[in-house]
Amino acid sequence: MLTAETIIQSLASGLLMGLLYGLIAVGLALIFGLMDVVNFAHGEFLMIAMYATFFLFAFFALDPLLSAPLVAAALFVFGAAVYLLIVRFAVRAKANAGMVQIFSTFGLAIVMRGLAQFFFTPDYRSVTHSWLGGKTVSVAGVFLPEPQLMGAAVALAAFGGLYVFINRTDFGRALEATREDAGAVALVGIDKNRVFALGWGLGAALVGLAGAIMAMFFYIYPDVGASFALIAYVTVALGGFGSVFGAFAGGIIVGLVEAVTALVLPPSLKSVGIYAVYLLVVFIRPRGLFGSM
Amino acid sequence: MDRQFAQRRRRDLVVAAGLIVLAALAPLLVKDVYVQNIMVLTLMYAALSQSWNILSGYCGQISLGHALYFGLGAYTTALLFTRFGVLPWFGMFGGGVISALIAMALGYPCFRLRGHYFVIATIVIAEIALLLFQNWTFAGAALGIDIPVRHDSWLTFQFTRSKLPYFYFALALVAVAWFVTWWLEDSKWGFWWRAVKDNPEAAESLGVVVFDSKMGAAAVSAFLVAVGGSFYAQFVSYIDPESVMGFQFSLLMALPAVVGGIGTLWGPALGAVILIPLTELTRSYIGGSGRGVDLIVYGSLIVLISLARPQGLVGLFARRNKASAR
Repeated sequence: MLTAETIIQSLASGLLMGLLYGLIAVGLALIFGLMDVVNFAHGEFLMIAMYATFFLFAFFALDPLLSAPLVAAALFVFGAAVYLLIVRFAVRAKANAGMVQIFSTFGLAIVMRGLAQFFFTPDYRSVTHSWLGGKTVSVAGVFLPEPQLMGAAVALAAFGGLYVFINRTDFGRALEATREDAGAVALVGIDKNRVFALGWGLGAALVGLAGAIMAMFFYIYPDVGASFALIAYVTVALGGFGSVFGAFAGGIIVGLVEAVTALVLPPSLKSVGIYAVYLLVVFIRPRGLFGSM
Repeated sequence: MDRQFAQRRRRDLVVAAGLIVLAALAPLLVKDVYVQNIMVLTLMYAALSQSWNILSGYCGQISLGHALYFGLGAYTTALLFTRFGVLPWFGMFGGGVISALIAMALGYPCFRLRGHYFVIATIVIAEIALLLFQNWTFAGAALGIDIPVRHDSWLTFQFTRSKLPYFYFALALVAVAWFVTWWLEDSKWGFWWRAVKDNPEAAESLGVVVFDSKMGAAAVSAFLVAVGGSFYAQFVSYIDPESVMGFQFSLLMALPAVVGGIGTLWGPALGAVILIPLTELTRSYIGGSGRGVDLIVYGSLIVLISLARPQGLVGLFARRNKASAR
């Protein structure tokens, strides 16, 4: 039954989920904007962030909200390392440059999934109790789960912080300058490799934050990244690759479209709406909604 | 230069014929069913990767959604056979034609997209098809289709007692895919595709009909992959959406070409001969299913090769040939 309440209810949860999708995707957009590389292991970054949160909970009884900064810091180091060990060489490839970028990060994704299966087993894990887990607040008859609310708040804070960071700090300006013209920044004494490594670190830290939040209400297993990764690519592409604001808007659109699709189609088809909207948008605007034409 | 090219092409043809004869004799030595099974899979992936290579390697349109055509081939054959009693051979051809038509219909809007927008569109389209098949009751929905065994014969393309007929069919499929590639390499299309891959604007200005040439590559590539899919349906005699249309097939088709050499004549077959036995063996001897060792080995190899030899392993052979010719 479609009543006004169910529609408002699902739009509200769609909006919350959408902000979280934006947070998952923004790291991808940041890295792409910086150096035109799509990280096809992005979903696996999310996966290890979720596992890290789970193990901090399982061994140290740390609540996901407390472990979020730790996980983000760990992912920062991991992201920078992936750049320095793999991506740095991939972007230098002389032959098949586009392919090398795609398949080196795809290969990394496969390895990470294999390692997760090997060390963590394919079992489904979950953070069984957390401060917010299972709680809801009711606002004017609309029920909102607290973990998702917190996720939306964290996403908004992260986007705000990122905005200030890019526009107000030296590193942010170096980041912007490098994305404008990587060759010219070398002339003014900015080490391109350092900026790229920090960019990868920052992108990974953002998805780490998202992973810590998601560990509160999603099962954790080696393949968990795959489905969210595809949504993240769609989110980023919808917004126009590389635009941080585009990822934010793209996330909200994706969340709302998913919620609406779930209202009219069987739940197993809810992703069809997102994919169809992606195709529709790029067929009309081949560079996404906010991408430069 | 031209004579060298013609010479190289003649030599390729002779080498291919020799390899096919050798491969055809291999089952005389190998009686172990497990090994024969790996050989069939290796040949199948060689054929699939060779077909994928036509669109993604030669023409440069990287598709990570070819599982769609694989699945369409498998489903057309299985549905026609189980629901209407149509022999698999018609299903195989029909599946190929349907896939080629769909590839062109999808190519119409998709080929305007560039780079990552195109790649993501191919993934997304295959994913939509997967979800639709999972919810399509007539096609067995998520449970899939069990293909009943009628006769052990070439007519119904079913063999329960021996894997050898499948082996020879897969070998023929590789031979056809290789020969089509070989033939196209020197045709007008082959030159167009390489021009489109290198620089579409320049190609357009020199009179290459970029759009049509992409459509042609998509149709040929999809047809051959669908034939592979319908072969696979007969080979395993049970299909469900995830097992024939899942994303992993799109990846498994691309990776042999990546390892062997994208956009090269020999790359996909070489890559399949290295990758498939390696994965199957690590899976059964070191890994055990679900432990992920096969993924670790496989993924590391992909990372290493794409970083250390972006042109693929096939170049190693070319260099040695050149050195020994001197």
